[in-house]
Amino acid sequence: MTDTPAASTGGGSTTAPGAAVLDVDPGIKTASSPKIAPWEERHTSYDVESFEVPRGREEQWRFTPLRRLRGLHDGSASIDGAIGVSVRAGFGDSATDLTGSGTRHETVGPDDPRRGDGGIPADRVAAQAWSSVEQVHVVTVNEARSDDEPLTITVTGPGAGSTAYAHLQLRLERHAEAVVVLDHRGSGTIAANTEFVVADGAKLEVVEVHDWADDAVYVGAQHLSVGRDATIRHTSVTLGGDLVRLSPVINYRAPGGDVELDGLYFADGGQHFEQRLLVDHSIPHCRSRVMYKGALQGAERGTAAHTVWIGDVLIRKAAEGTDTYELNRNLLLTDNARADSVPNLEIETGEILGAGHASATGRFDDEQLFYLMARGIPEAQARRLVVRGFFGEVIQKVRVPALRDRLEAAIEAELEVVGV
Amino acid sequence: MSTLEIRDLHVEVETESGPKEILRGVDLTVSSNETHAIMGPNGSGKSTLAYSIAGHPKYTVTKGQVLLDGEDVLEMAVDERARAGLFLAMQYPVEVPGVSMSNFLRSAATATRGEAPKVRHWVKEVKGAMSDLDIDPAFAERSVNEGFSGGEKKRHEVLQMALLKPRIAVLDETDSGLDVDALRVVSKGVNDYKATSDVGILLITHYTRILRYIAPDRVHVFVNGRVAESGGPELAEELETNGYERFTDTAESTKEEQPA
Repeated sequence: MTDTPAASTGGGSTTAPGAAVLDVDPGIKTASSPKIAPWEERHTSYDVESFEVPRGREEQWRFTPLRRLRGLHDGSASIDGAIGVSVRAGFGDSATDLTGSGTRHETVGPDDPRRGDGGIPADRVAAQAWSSVEQVHVVTVNEARSDDEPLTITVTGPGAGSTAYAHLQLRLERHAEAVVVLDHRGSGTIAANTEFVVADGAKLEVVEVHDWADDAVYVGAQHLSVGRDATIRHTSVTLGGDLVRLSPVINYRAPGGDVELDGLYFADGGQHFEQRLLVDHSIPHCRSRVMYKGALQGAERGTAAHTVWIGDVLIRKAAEGTDTYELNRNLLLTDNARADSVPNLEIETGEILGAGHASATGRFDDEQLFYLMARGIPEAQARRLVVRGFFGEVIQKVRVPALRDRLEAAIEAELEVVGV
Repeated sequence: MSTLEIRDLHVEVETESGPKEILRGVDLTVSSNETHAIMGPNGSGKSTLAYSIAGHPKYTVTKGQVLLDGEDVLEMAVDERARAGLFLAMQYPVEVPGVSMSNFLRSAATATRGEAPKVRHWVKEVKGAMSDLDIDPAFAERSVNEGFSGGEKKRHEVLQMALLKPRIAVLDETDSGLDVDALRVVSKGVNDYKATSDVGILLITHYTRILRYIAPDRVHVFVNGRVAESGGPELAEELETNGYERFTDTAESTKEEQPA
């Protein structure tokens, strides 16, 4: 990993107006930093009424255009649809129905005792979905699945003009292993909780894809529970939707937890993609790595592409031996795009292995373009090489080849939108 | 047989206090099988000349011509210049994260040759060229120039020249920052390409050191944005002994701007 800005030029401004962060290193904050609410006051609850209706000024909501949430945040949304969930073995055309008993898909009621093993809602929309949902999908893996046979969980929206709540729990029992594609498609307005409960010694690689239709609104909380010596690699991919807001929280349960959070997002004009991460190091000897990369372009429908990345990492007093690093890079492909990037690192103990963060937002790097073109490579191809290279670090780690191809094709298609 | 003709070239850059003229009427002709050394003090405009020939957007040509075999180079886009047979070995090669050296080299070779090289032949060709320059084969899978040392970057510039086979190559301070061993390897790479092609070379340098390894046919002293004096290899000897004083005394030096 390098600390070079994703894009920088020899002189002049490298950010579009409004781009919040340019190669900043805000440094390590103390617990008394005024920018972050004190952690002990962070509110979590299953009860929607224990959260005030957000007005937009709250730290948690200040970047989100609330009027585009279609009432998910203030109780005015009326539920008139349902999500579809299918679980298949394999990915793509070759996927088949589940066989055997090692992996199973159940639909249970909201009072199922396993619900909440992943974590507790920390904002009003998540609590609303938690309190209101009538059906919970539980996918349990109790085997070490081969990498060649990923699980594909497809979540389909309720359809344009309809609203639904969703709750999905993916459980990996002790020493289970699975590669999972969690594929979100379709349309509608959705508030969701997704739990990833990874038991002791288990190993989960999950790629969560949000490839919604243009009109979809999805607000989701991801609750990740990491058992003793468990490993999670979670890759979050956001490509489509009018507004997508994801809030993953990492809850370590015992020492030895190892989590990698990767992200890739590509926002066009009119789209608002927001990612708010909290890595809560409350347990000793756990590791976390965060690498999110985003590209933005265009201002169709009168609204600039806007992405928000908040990376909160907390190392509590008890979490000795913590090893953490987080990075966010944003590439502005056109003017009139806005990327907010706010890494926060709070450390309450000095007995750690390492803690660092980096964030950079920049325009397309003209020096890189010049270098490639000076070797005869035509401009359009040179731009593609640079953007592909930018996302390459994230895509290359995806272990499902057909999904890698799909993501690369999606990026190519995005680039064609603006004729890059 | 190729000829690069630079005629009365004037170039300026944008600065905070407005446009500033860096090149003030450069006249120079380089033909196939010739090696011209351009020597000058810091800030004389040598690198500006190199980047202007390659078409870096930072530099604006206000007057003059650059012709390659009679074709107007200044009318060509950066990539077209490269495909026409011009090559610039950069003083500060750019890092391109996420793009592997092998992918980059193949894309560049495909562009300059007009068709994709046959895979088997290509792999052999790259391996051979890398081995000639003492480059570890592992570099093929690394991102372009990322984390390379100064010497590794310069070797890769010469590697690109060897693979892209330009008709005219401009080497911009390819010797700077190299220790003696690296200088020897890089010089050998240039000489090998000279020996197997008709390339015309414009070797831009601050020091005479590299001229012990790469013999110039002509030496041009570059001061204050133009060629102050031209001569044979003996001119380099004189610079070695007396430095640039004789030339700078009569010409006011200008600060040279270089792209980052």
